[in-house]
Amino acid sequence: MSEFLPIGEWADQAVNFLLENDSGTFGALGTFVGSLTELVEQALMFIPSWVLAVVLTALAFRRVGWRFALFCAAAVVVIIGTGFWNATMATLALVISATLISLMVGVPLGIWTAKSRLAAYFVRPSLDFMQTMPAFVYLIPAAMLFGLGKVPGVLATVIFAMPPVVRLTSLGIRQVNSEQLEAGVTFGCTPWQLLFKVQIPGALPSIMAGINQTIMMALSMVIIASMVGAGGLGNDVLTSISRLDIGLGFESGLAVVLLAIIVDRMTESFGVARPTKA
Amino acid sequence: MKQKIVAKGLHKIFGRSPDIAMEMLRKGRHKDEIFKETGMVVGVQDANFAVNEGEIFVIMGLSGSGKSTLIRLLNRLIEPTAGQILVDGQDVATMSKAQLVALRRRDMAMVFQSFALLPHLTVLDNAAFGLEVAGVGRKERERRALEVLDEVGLKAFAAKRPAELSGGMQQRVGLARALAVDPSLMLMDEAFSALDPLKRTEMQELLLTLQKEHKRTIIFVSHDLDEAFRIGNRIAIMEGGRVVQIGSPDEILRNPADDYVRAFFKGVDVKRYLTAKDVALPDEVLVMEAPADLNAGFESAIGRLRQMRRNYGFVVDKERRVLGTVSIDSMLRCLAEGRTTLEQALLDDIPAVPGDTRMTELISNIVRNPYPLPIIDGERRYLGAVTQTILLRNMAQETANV
Repeated sequence: MSEFLPIGEWADQAVNFLLENDSGTFGALGTFVGSLTELVEQALMFIPSWVLAVVLTALAFRRVGWRFALFCAAAVVVIIGTGFWNATMATLALVISATLISLMVGVPLGIWTAKSRLAAYFVRPSLDFMQTMPAFVYLIPAAMLFGLGKVPGVLATVIFAMPPVVRLTSLGIRQVNSEQLEAGVTFGCTPWQLLFKVQIPGALPSIMAGINQTIMMALSMVIIASMVGAGGLGNDVLTSISRLDIGLGFESGLAVVLLAIIVDRMTESFGVARPTKA
Repeated sequence: MKQKIVAKGLHKIFGRSPDIAMEMLRKGRHKDEIFKETGMVVGVQDANFAVNEGEIFVIMGLSGSGKSTLIRLLNRLIEPTAGQILVDGQDVATMSKAQLVALRRRDMAMVFQSFALLPHLTVLDNAAFGLEVAGVGRKERERRALEVLDEVGLKAFAAKRPAELSGGMQQRVGLARALAVDPSLMLMDEAFSALDPLKRTEMQELLLTLQKEHKRTIIFVSHDLDEAFRIGNRIAIMEGGRVVQIGSPDEILRNPADDYVRAFFKGVDVKRYLTAKDVALPDEVLVMEAPADLNAGFESAIGRLRQMRRNYGFVVDKERRVLGTVSIDSMLRCLAEGRTTLEQALLDDIPAVPGDTRMTELISNIVRNPYPLPIIDGERRYLGAVTQTILLRNMAQETANV
């Protein structure tokens, strides 16, 4: 079989080129991501598990309702009882740092694509690429550029999880009621005032939905990221696969599911609690 | 009277190359032809008007006539293709962005058909929005916002969100938001059209009350003839992007420029908008100056009335102020009794009617009194007479016109 388009070779060369000509940017980026993740994890580990459990349950009661609060309490008991608390917190720390970075980049990018056709022209296909390229593939260059550990895991997660928040921010900004925009302009808003006083508040429900989606995608990706040594629940899942250990697989998998449900409902509640009707 | 805002040769063309469409317009091509050939839409074509300070100027037209586009050209929510917009002599069309922002903050406020309140802000913050944008401190802008909310009767709702209010109340907030910046010029785009008829009338009253307290220049877009006649000092009628007639409600009613304008009145009870002075005729009834020699004066008046086959005459003084009505009978009685004073001869149950009395009121008046009624101006000066015949003739005419 003769291949006349050695795209794979080019990608390989591109990554090697980056490696050889790196003047410290990857190092700096790695340090930043690494310390952020470390900080979040330290904070989560520092808080005793029962305190976090109580706070979580109380929050669930306030934001969602007593049934969900009950579910949260039960879920925490299951996670602690199966001995996965520390691994779950490590995973949560990865998710939180990956989400924070995704939002720092994704929200401005979404606003920019909403305002500039040129930006949309370039960003949209990139988002398609980021979302559909099999998630494992990011891990290879990430590991080569940043070594093994949490940093490549978080960065691969960022790439995989960022598209929803970009898309939904952009959509939200574009869908702000045109008379509300006119009202903003009429009363003498500068473009920045219009953005912060009318467009972003108007787009907030959509942005919150995007954040929720980003968090859920990050959660699924950090499990896969354990392949490059990101740690957390993913490690246990990975071990269970290599050992064909059904018990370990089920327990660690269950912890992932419980974490996902809690995170999803919680972030969703922050989205709908805002008054969205005009 | 000072002119607050003047539009000169204002054009708006929607499309890729407005210059080409402008050139075609200059050559006298019709907007339909331009649309067919180039796909470009002439939104507003050569609008010229001047709005006086303190006046409510209504822009009226059917949907698609370009009235909403026109009002948005005035504060450049839509960029004009050609022409000038002079606000206090300054051309808005050529202003820099910074000047435009300053002008919008200082001089112009707008009220929208769909209210366009910001749902994430409280009623108070919505009312203070214009001031906040202009950088007024929190304390000062909240004080001012409470003041205007009080004016529109919503002070008690300051902490609510717009979604918790009814449509009419939301538009009061919209009005308060505009008033809060104390603009010299208010643009109101179909401001009351989304409200039910009862609420609409209520808001019109409110606007007129506010206007009485503090005269502002208001440009009001409406498709509702009733509304235009109620609140407008002058009305501009638009059709197909062009202003086809400008005038006071009376002028437009009596002299519609074309069939389009006339069509507006179709199915509308025009009589409601006519006033006594519109239908009064000056020569229908004998008018005599109070005679110095009453006996001789009455005798000659009786003779003239008999000749005219009329029964009634009006008596006026030297300045043509109406003193009252006399009839052949009342004068004969006076002469017969030999006690000839003017008061004796006047029929005391015939009121003089002010010229701005509405037709509906006039009709009920005429039905009660089968005599001719003298119509007077603000200084009681004689304007003309209304009789049953005149009234009937007028109503028949209106029906024939439509």
